[in-house]
Amino acid sequence: MWFDILPSFWEGAKVTIELTLFSAVMAFFLAFAAGFGRLSKHKAVRILATTYVEVFRGTSLFVQLFWIYFALPLFGIMLPKMLAGVLALSLNAGAYGSEIVRSTIISVPKGQTEAAIALNMTPWQRTRLVILPQALVMMLPAFGNLIIEMLKGTALVSLVTLSDLTFVATVLNSSIMRPTEIFSVLLVIYFVISLPFTRGIRWIEHRLSAGRY
Amino acid sequence: MWSWEYTLEILPEILAALKITISATFVAFAVALVVGLILTLARRSAFKPLSLFAHGFVEFVRNTPLLVQLYFIFYVLPEHGLSLSPFVAGVVGLGLHYSTYLSEVYRGGIESIPPGQWEAAKALNFSPIDTWRKIILPQSIPPVIPVLGNYLITMFKETPVLSAITLVEIMQTAKMLGSHSFRYLEAFTIVGVMFLILSYSSSLMVRRLEVRLNLR
Repeated sequence: MWFDILPSFWEGAKVTIELTLFSAVMAFFLAFAAGFGRLSKHKAVRILATTYVEVFRGTSLFVQLFWIYFALPLFGIMLPKMLAGVLALSLNAGAYGSEIVRSTIISVPKGQTEAAIALNMTPWQRTRLVILPQALVMMLPAFGNLIIEMLKGTALVSLVTLSDLTFVATVLNSSIMRPTEIFSVLLVIYFVISLPFTRGIRWIEHRLSAGRY
Repeated sequence: MWSWEYTLEILPEILAALKITISATFVAFAVALVVGLILTLARRSAFKPLSLFAHGFVEFVRNTPLLVQLYFIFYVLPEHGLSLSPFVAGVVGLGLHYSTYLSEVYRGGIESIPPGQWEAAKALNFSPIDTWRKIILPQSIPPVIPVLGNYLITMFKETPVLSAITLVEIMQTAKMLGSHSFRYLEAFTIVGVMFLILSYSSSLMVRRLEVRLNLR
């Protein structure tokens, strides 16, 4: 039995990992755009960014995915399953990520900005050379957690019939009817995929706290 | 494209299903509050196997998808003689999943208690149970109430996942309405707007609560 099911799990795992990576990259950019947008001097940008963040944090990934996949076609926008999945996952995680970006940037002490101004740096130089390097380090553990949440979120795409790990498992289960083995293996596979991220976050947190305070 | 007539026609049905969504949220939250506290206490236990088990459970549940855990509870347990209704399976799954998050919240609250409190309890000859019940928990729970409130909102937003194990809450109702009429736009938009209004307004309430707790 295992010889039959493991290759299909492998195919599903590839889709799950692909989805996670694509969405993580897109979410990263969205998070920075929206995070900086909320700190912008221009009111219109702030309102736009805040609306995006509140809408996508106020509803769940599940609703967003179904809306993009089933409701958008009524406006004439038909997205392929994979794209719909990546779009929903990254828009959702981007909204959460923007809060990480915003909160770490405002947590960089004010003296740093003042010193940069005193040194006659341009706003862009201040952000790039002084604020971001300090904020990025603080963001890392939170972004790691977000990637794990995203990996877990990918399971939902099985409900719009994208053939990820969970979808493969449900199909296998309906053909060979061995839920105990199939769903146990499925849980373990997800755990194994997320393990490097969990370890990575621990390691970074440990490194960051070393020699401080 | 958007039909208001159809919207008004399906709105009462979706609103009626909101009862199931809300009761599932609160029952699951109660499960998470209790199991979360048990997990926190188990992780602090001096009995090594117990603390290792609690730790392993938290790590495993936090790192695997809720959807798969629900499938496990709903499809695997009946194989071993434990059949649960979609509602019970749903609240157990959602509750257990978030109990691991809440156990971290409790842990944060407990670890912020100054060591002097423990020492004073010992000096006054409090039994371990009294120390927890009268000294530690009353001081560590109130500061984390806003965080618990935020998790309640998160759980509320997660309830659509329960539709995957055939619980007829608002998302499942919307799906069924959509598949009858081949119009998903109105049904899913209503669900989205409903979640947005309810979760946004309750998050404002939590923020107010937070400010008030900080002022004290």
